Amino acid sequence: MVDAIIIGGGHNGLVCAAYLARAGKKVLVLERRERVGGAALTEEVFPGFRFSVFSYVGSLLRPEIVRELELARHGLQILPLESTLTPLPNGDYLAQWSDPDRNRRELARHSPRDAEAYDEFGRLMHEMARAVKPLLGMIPPDPASLAPRELLGLARLGRTLRSLGAEKFHALAKLLTMSSADYLDEWFECEALKATKAASGIIGTLAGPRSPGTAYVLLHHYMGEIDGVFRAWGFAKGGNGSVSEAIAGAARSFGAQIRTNAPVARVLVAGGRAKGVALESGEEIAAKLVVSGADPRCTFLGLVGEKHLPADFVQAIRRYRLRGSSGKVNLALAELPDFTCLPGKGPHLRGAISISPSIEYLERAYDEAKYGEFSRRPYLDVILPSMIDPSMAPPGRHVMSIFVQYAPYHLNGGWTDARREAFGDTVIDTLAEYAPNLKAAILHRQVITPADIERIVGLSEGNIFQGELSLEQMFFLRPAPAWANYRTPIRGLYQCGAGTHPGGGVMGASGRNAARAILREGG
Amino acid sequence: MLKTTPFHARVAPLCVSHAWRRWAGYLVASSYELSHEREYHAIRSSAALFDVSPLHKYRVHGRDAARLLDRVVTREVTRAAAGQVLYTPWCDGAGKVLDDGTIARLDEQTFRVTSAEPNLRWLQDNALGLEVAIEDVSESIAALSLQGPASHAILRQLGEVELKYYRVGSTTLGGVPVSVSRTGYTGDLGFEIWLDAAHALVVWDALIGAGEPYGITPAGMLALDLARIEAGLMLIDVDYVPANKALIGRQTSSPYELALGWTVNLDKDHFVGRNALAEEAKRGPQWQFVGLELDWDALERLYVEAGLAPRLPSAAWRSSVPVYAGGDQVGYATSGGWSPLLKKYIALAHLRSRWAAPGTVVEMEVTVEHRRRRAAARVVKRPFFDPERKRS
Repeated sequence: MVDAIIIGGGHNGLVCAAYLARAGKKVLVLERRERVGGAALTEEVFPGFRFSVFSYVGSLLRPEIVRELELARHGLQILPLESTLTPLPNGDYLAQWSDPDRNRRELARHSPRDAEAYDEFGRLMHEMARAVKPLLGMIPPDPASLAPRELLGLARLGRTLRSLGAEKFHALAKLLTMSSADYLDEWFECEALKATKAASGIIGTLAGPRSPGTAYVLLHHYMGEIDGVFRAWGFAKGGNGSVSEAIAGAARSFGAQIRTNAPVARVLVAGGRAKGVALESGEEIAAKLVVSGADPRCTFLGLVGEKHLPADFVQAIRRYRLRGSSGKVNLALAELPDFTCLPGKGPHLRGAISISPSIEYLERAYDEAKYGEFSRRPYLDVILPSMIDPSMAPPGRHVMSIFVQYAPYHLNGGWTDARREAFGDTVIDTLAEYAPNLKAAILHRQVITPADIERIVGLSEGNIFQGELSLEQMFFLRPAPAWANYRTPIRGLYQCGAGTHPGGGVMGASGRNAARAILREGG
Repeated sequence: MLKTTPFHARVAPLCVSHAWRRWAGYLVASSYELSHEREYHAIRSSAALFDVSPLHKYRVHGRDAARLLDRVVTREVTRAAAGQVLYTPWCDGAGKVLDDGTIARLDEQTFRVTSAEPNLRWLQDNALGLEVAIEDVSESIAALSLQGPASHAILRQLGEVELKYYRVGSTTLGGVPVSVSRTGYTGDLGFEIWLDAAHALVVWDALIGAGEPYGITPAGMLALDLARIEAGLMLIDVDYVPANKALIGRQTSSPYELALGWTVNLDKDHFVGRNALAEEAKRGPQWQFVGLELDWDALERLYVEAGLAPRLPSAAWRSSVPVYAGGDQVGYATSGGWSPLLKKYIALAHLRSRWAAPGTVVEMEVTVEHRRRRAAARVVKRPFFDPERKRS
């Protein structure tokens, strides 16, 4: 009998498997699809053109995971994304460069005040991210419990918060309560700068930049940490599938077994205890414990079943919000896009290109989603992976990844093939306004809606974070009060997906924390 | 006046950082761009192109060419096949390392020797009575190093290049006859290209043209320095003092002390330093040259105590840093840095043999907020990074 079955070969499931196997456990990963990766996956969608089909950046992956699992030895390399370009409707642009002098000069073109505030803002956010960072690796304590371990955890949390000092503590309180637009208004005056920064506060969440709570998501994205340098974005060579492949390689090297094409139908429960799983094929596999990398809704309401769970827990999971809000358009290109604002091939094509000209633009995009439509002029986060890693496309050709928000899962009338293509057209029309050669350069396109994300990778409602990063479902509340410690009401059943603290992004922290929680209990 | 390399007309306009440094009296780029970060990543992810023309190069030709080299270096040159390249150190009479470099056997009677320091006189002095001509071709031969996983694909666009690891052959690039060896200083898949300096620009342009779709990136010494540390490769004057520059005996090192014991062939005919080395082989070396991997948690703790996030050097450092065990200094690190690839802080160090076994935990000095502290470090096997593609 195996010690642990991991349901789902997404990056968190694989991280959890690797750590458990490293500790000597006999581990079996069961992946529904033909390859591991979940939403962190690279596929050759069109011959010669490879895409990080869903998730597309790799900098949130915890450096301790890279180190401890020796992921470089298993093929992982994170390449830097150097800049962010925001083309503007008036033909100008705003660029954020990694070189501080170049960046200051560029910002000063738009606002000399913002140019000076930028570094100060960066320093504060860096300090905040650093202050919050210990929380990422923490198994959340339950503030309602008096158990010594929980109190100890709370004491550590208290110490962390106290050590912030007044300025940072107040900033943290603001980040936890304000909207990203309001928070950024306190710092900057340039609309395009505010909007481009605010955009990271809305990713994966059905909220607008003016919705309270979005400032926290801003911070969440500041935790992207490369080499101790916070807020440096990166791209995994070979796409995000290579992140999953490297983790899978590490897990195998520690003896974990990975089975693909092995969809789990349900968790076998007897006497309030998980006994193993039943596959869709009917095969039953016994295990001492079961760890689910699926999202909380899928895990509890699907694989376990309500009848095995306490009613209040079922209610909490039913209320857990997973509203998918984003889509993806992947393009195979015959040539590079030529941006009117910054023509030609330059370093700006090696960074992110953000269609976020103003806070109002983003908020309007949200308004439409709020009422069940996709944005007519959406927020786009564009990268050209082949500019960073030429092996993603045939020599001389290119691939483009466009993250799109908003595309609500609950679309009026539902998602159909026709609506999907209309959505794709909208995205391309939007981007082509800034890069007119785009349409003619497109060889192939792949349009992915939240409904597709749900159907293909099994993320409920296509929510990329396995649950929105809103405050009422963070930390000790994720995914449900009293069950944020990776345990579940079923003994021997654990959770390791992004539906647990600290949440989404290709971070791996949930998988690592879950393994630590399991090993701590001697599981 | 500093000299410029045969590629200067191409590399000068690329060097937007204006960050130049000296190498053997030549001007070479530290980094072309404002930061060396992308140049470093090119080595590991696509292909980096280095101008390595300042290397000292000698053409050794004649009936006794193999005998001469066999007499000078520690490895057995006479048995090297044509087309083979040897990495080797060479020593003084006391068995202390003078220099290290490569010897490429171009044909039965012709070798190309590369070295970090001038070696013409040393070769001549050892050639007494032998039928061999030694020619310093440092200036007439230009050299490029193309390193990285895409390097082979790029060369193949231009000519037939099928070489095993540490083999050398001839081909044409951009119509220019060149010598290509599958060697380098990065520990990755890579090639070095040797050509008549008069044709330097043609070959540069051909490589850049063919490499563009593969992400070829001209790269400078800062990127190279990080890569060679990851590859565990030592650098003369940084990691060891050549015996002919040492002011005191303790500054010298034997091949055994530099973890180059594998290059010492005591069974071949007599060579310079042989007797001393045979003695040392019996005794066992006093020192070992090892890899150190700093314990991240220990390092982070030191910074947290100072109220800071860990600050990591973005470029490799080259200085002598004490290494301790049980409170006593047991060695010193000579190069180190943060490996962006491994997410590890690594260093190359000389340790007393007793402390040099892989897995041994020692402490390395780190300066945190002006204070000297010590962080735990583990002795690990070099290279730190050793991809299969290097040899495959």
